Amino acid sequence: MTEILPTLRLAGLEPLIVSSQSNFLNIGERCNVTGSRKFLRLIQQGRFEEAVQIAVEQVRGGAQVLDVNMDESMLDGEQCMTHFLHLLASEPEVARIPVMIDSSNWTILLSGLKCLQGKGIVNSISLKNGEDEFIYQAKTIKYLGAAVVVMAFDEHGQADTYEKRIAVCKRSYDLLMDKVGMMPTDIIFDPNIFPVGTGMTEHANYVIDFIKTTRWIKENLPYAKVSGGVSNVSFAFRGNNPIREAMHAVFLYHAIQAGMDMGIVNPEQLVVYEQIPADLLMYVEDVMFNRRPDATERLLSYASSYVSDEKEEAHNIEAWRALPVNDRLAHALIQGIDTWVIEDTEEARLNMNKPIEVIEGPLMDGMNRVGDLFGTGKMFLPQVVKSARVMKKAVAYLQPFIEHSNQEVSKKAGKILLATVKGDVHDIGKNIVGVVLSCNNYEVVDLGVMVPAERIMEEAEKVQADIIGLSGLITPSLEEMVYMASEMQRAGMNIRLLIGGATTSKIHTAVKIEEEYPNGITVHVADASRSVPVVEQLLGEQKATLTKRIRTEYEDIRTRYKKQQQAKNFIPLPEARENKFVVDWTKTRICRPKQMGISVYKAYSLEAISNYIDWTPFFRIWELDKPYPAILHDVVIGKEAKQLFTDANQMLEQIISEKWLTANAVVGMFKANSVNDDDVEVYDEENGLLTVFHFLRQQNKKASGQPNLSLSDFIAPKSTGLIDYIGGFAVTAGIGIEAKIDEFNAAHDDYKVIMLKALADRLAEAFAELMHAHVRKEIWGYAHQETFSNEDLINEKYQGIRPASGYPACPDHTEKQLLFDLLQAEANASIRLTDHFAMWPAASVSGLYFAHHESRYFGLGKIAKDQADDYAKRKQQEIAYIERWLAPNLNY
Amino acid sequence: MSLTRSRFSDILKQRILILDGAMGTMIQRYALGEQDYRGEKFKHHAFPLKGNNDLLSLTQPHIISEIHEAYLEAGADIIETNTFNATQISQSDYHIESLVYEINRASAELAKRAADKYTNRNLSKPRWVAGSIGPTNKMASMSPDVNDPGYRAVSFDDLVENYCLQVTGLLDGGVDLLLIETVFDTLNAKAALYAVQTLLDERKLDMPVMVSVTITDASGRTLSGQTPEAFWISIAHADISAVGINCALGASDMRPYLHEMSERCWTYLSCYPNAGLPNELGQYDETPKEMASVMETFCKDGFINIMGGCCGTTPDHIRLFSHIAERYAPRVPPQLIFKS
Repeated sequence: MTEILPTLRLAGLEPLIVSSQSNFLNIGERCNVTGSRKFLRLIQQGRFEEAVQIAVEQVRGGAQVLDVNMDESMLDGEQCMTHFLHLLASEPEVARIPVMIDSSNWTILLSGLKCLQGKGIVNSISLKNGEDEFIYQAKTIKYLGAAVVVMAFDEHGQADTYEKRIAVCKRSYDLLMDKVGMMPTDIIFDPNIFPVGTGMTEHANYVIDFIKTTRWIKENLPYAKVSGGVSNVSFAFRGNNPIREAMHAVFLYHAIQAGMDMGIVNPEQLVVYEQIPADLLMYVEDVMFNRRPDATERLLSYASSYVSDEKEEAHNIEAWRALPVNDRLAHALIQGIDTWVIEDTEEARLNMNKPIEVIEGPLMDGMNRVGDLFGTGKMFLPQVVKSARVMKKAVAYLQPFIEHSNQEVSKKAGKILLATVKGDVHDIGKNIVGVVLSCNNYEVVDLGVMVPAERIMEEAEKVQADIIGLSGLITPSLEEMVYMASEMQRAGMNIRLLIGGATTSKIHTAVKIEEEYPNGITVHVADASRSVPVVEQLLGEQKATLTKRIRTEYEDIRTRYKKQQQAKNFIPLPEARENKFVVDWTKTRICRPKQMGISVYKAYSLEAISNYIDWTPFFRIWELDKPYPAILHDVVIGKEAKQLFTDANQMLEQIISEKWLTANAVVGMFKANSVNDDDVEVYDEENGLLTVFHFLRQQNKKASGQPNLSLSDFIAPKSTGLIDYIGGFAVTAGIGIEAKIDEFNAAHDDYKVIMLKALADRLAEAFAELMHAHVRKEIWGYAHQETFSNEDLINEKYQGIRPASGYPACPDHTEKQLLFDLLQAEANASIRLTDHFAMWPAASVSGLYFAHHESRYFGLGKIAKDQADDYAKRKQQEIAYIERWLAPNLNY
Repeated sequence: MSLTRSRFSDILKQRILILDGAMGTMIQRYALGEQDYRGEKFKHHAFPLKGNNDLLSLTQPHIISEIHEAYLEAGADIIETNTFNATQISQSDYHIESLVYEINRASAELAKRAADKYTNRNLSKPRWVAGSIGPTNKMASMSPDVNDPGYRAVSFDDLVENYCLQVTGLLDGGVDLLLIETVFDTLNAKAALYAVQTLLDERKLDMPVMVSVTITDASGRTLSGQTPEAFWISIAHADISAVGINCALGASDMRPYLHEMSERCWTYLSCYPNAGLPNELGQYDETPKEMASVMETFCKDGFINIMGGCCGTTPDHIRLFSHIAERYAPRVPPQLIFKS
């Protein structure tokens, strides 16, 4: 009888057998939107064919398995994963080899697995959310036929010491063997490759621990393999490729000896261990193996001989205070320390002939360094905003001297006019852009919020702006931007136009805005840190080529977009209604709210509200994009996140104790029935009609068994004879904010302005969460026994939903007016609506409550002309009016 | 006594089992017209039904029973249900996708009745029914449109749903084992396996499952491009009782692939080729004797645990195979041995 070696067997079109005899397995890392800017750009722009070429190059470069990762918040990860894998399957050179589906999102992993005819690898699952989820996911992976990477991660977080790593790996292995019935040959561990040389002593043993763990796994967990993302180890040396490559080579050399079987690497960039110069090798190994306390500093100083001059040394206060004044100013700017800025500025002024020279000399030099560090990812946004605060204070101090001596400030790099468009009140992102640009020697004129197009154009002419930057968060702002572009064209202007804000996108800019303004040039800016390079190019010597490039790029996007739209399948409205979500109302227990009608809450306890804060979006505002609380311990941004978190909590305490803000809420409970499929009638206690909410229905063709949803499906139809209920709410935590904002502006403290606005937003969201829990347990009372932690609430584990007008399930902002009238929100909670249905104060949230146990959030997607016509009829509005408000959702 | 995986394995250790031959070729002998396909039941169906062989289980059940019995008479240990195309995807061509469950269930019941009849005649030679699960007419891992390689005519989830319905019918009709066959796209087979595993789990059934791949031509690959070993690796997770090759090729052309799989697959191996390659009239004309002589070499070389016939084979082919089988010991699969 012959024997077959039990070992990891993978397959694309051809088999790949990974045995202890085979060499180290190279997993190509470049098809990863989080790791490769180029790949991300191609995917974002829908240039999938070119993205496939990256895969081809990697296979030619020696990749034996291909890692694919689409984890980027602005992408539809499932759709991108599916489409990309479909294309890879038709590229014979790539289809040969197995795929590693890489995501931290289970549904993306699942969509990827469902595209693989071969046997691939799932990367990864872990005990992060406990055993039940782990076992369920592992079983599903087993049934779908893939090997699995298990991260050393459990309920307490990422395992970072040797002891923790082996404990988590052992526990995972036992569960997979005993509870899942996984083949041991299909188990691959990722015992966490963390960066070393970060300057933090608790990181110094990371490589040693990884190697020890690897050895332990190979000795104690039979047949399991070891993998990892290698480039992580050198993360602290970003920007210095020779050092990074040497670190990777050294790492692999030792890890492979310990038994590491495979790794995610850039196969084209692997250098050979033996070819690393002896001195470099020594410095690198000193860091890797924590051989001396000053190893990192020595490698850094050696590294600086390899690349530029950038040296960031930590000085203690005494040391930097002893430096010459110009260096002290530079240090204060880079570190964001404003303690001594006035006295240092004064000292510098006395040293110079003219006060203006302080700005043009040391201050500008310092800010240029800040700009460079930020541009190369060595500084993060909160630091930059603090730097700007130091700068502003120094400039404000010098201003009277400059005016007195009648000097002109020398020419700035350019003048940028910023505004949040008419009808919109959201400005945190715009303020950040302003700060970042002014750090880079641009003169920023900020017109504030709710600025009509005419005024923006007038001001732009008056101050002779080089660029206009428009910002907006709510969807109607998109239409306002289109209008603005067409008005600029009509007025014969040619000032460059920048588009930014949460709902804007490159696609929308290309398809809707750019074409309206052929005289000028329109560019979408994805986030604040991108604004500087874009502006630099638009005003620099290369502007002509850039303009041309952008025009071609946007033209391409338009063509592709139109092609995609044609390809998508829509069904007629009657057919969509036929395929509605069906509830068996005879078996549904409808709960009558305990407290009908309107309840008002004034000056609600901010302290109580603050317990409900979801911090993750707060960090995202500052472009620190990792989930809370893990972010506080992140090896790259943990330090910065912790500092920001401390500052935030300090201000939060003041907000509460000194009553900076007032929080109000109004909640209403009403009888309701759905009528004519998509409308919901709302009645008073005597069954008199109070209002009618109009909902839209998904109209894209669904897989069989999947309904075309409308929120009205979750309310009992009138024809059932049943009485159902709907709720509404409007909450704010922003009352009184202006006084404090004015105070901070007067002190030139953008950091505090942005901080306060971000906190007010968080409090409003937290208030909505709190109120929803109160509604479920008391006012409506259908879940009076529920006990969820704040984390459970954030993860929406409760029954019922609270969709808001203007968001994916019901994108029409105009419906908000009906809700506000119904709740008398202005009188009851002091929240009002702008002419574009944005709420004022900006830190406000409103929406509807649905209690049905199957109610859920969904995205409407695009709708067809027949539904838009029908909707206009239902709302008794002109079709043109409806089309303007629903523009982003129309498929025509 | 129901057929468990371990019982099936015990029997396969002892002897070569015989699978039946073609259903389509036998149906052709009855020269059925449109009205015969329709029967009483679908007299007024708005679309043509001729050629929908699976429907005959409902409209001409006696013909299907006769064919099953002919193969049992010839010595088949395992007969396949008449359900190769009985999925919603395939039946929608005839607009009777709503009858998929009924067709599967009725087909399984017909086959089971015939098998039981022969088992009862000779209890030392039990006969079993394999639920036939075809690939459908759509591919999940390739685009039918060369200009749009990202497009797919069917999704994994759609296939799972289709197969769940088919397998539910087969299980309710009483099949003894399941046979996912003529696999031309491994992703379709993985969807079928996913459906099968889910349903068997749900019903707590320990039923043997077989999978048989189709190597399209001399390229030695499936239509979706995999080599035989890559195919095996891609389905090995499902812990199946037997794997094998069928259709597209005649016996002699199958040899290299059968050889490869015999060495690489740590499970039992099946082989049921076509009766040669189709001639210019599209008919298969390898005689029972010609084909049997090639099959005999496979048995001699120890490649075979289960053998039978695909397109063009008849009860006469199967009768010769069953005589050969008696003379040879079954293949001993290589073992995957874990040492701790």
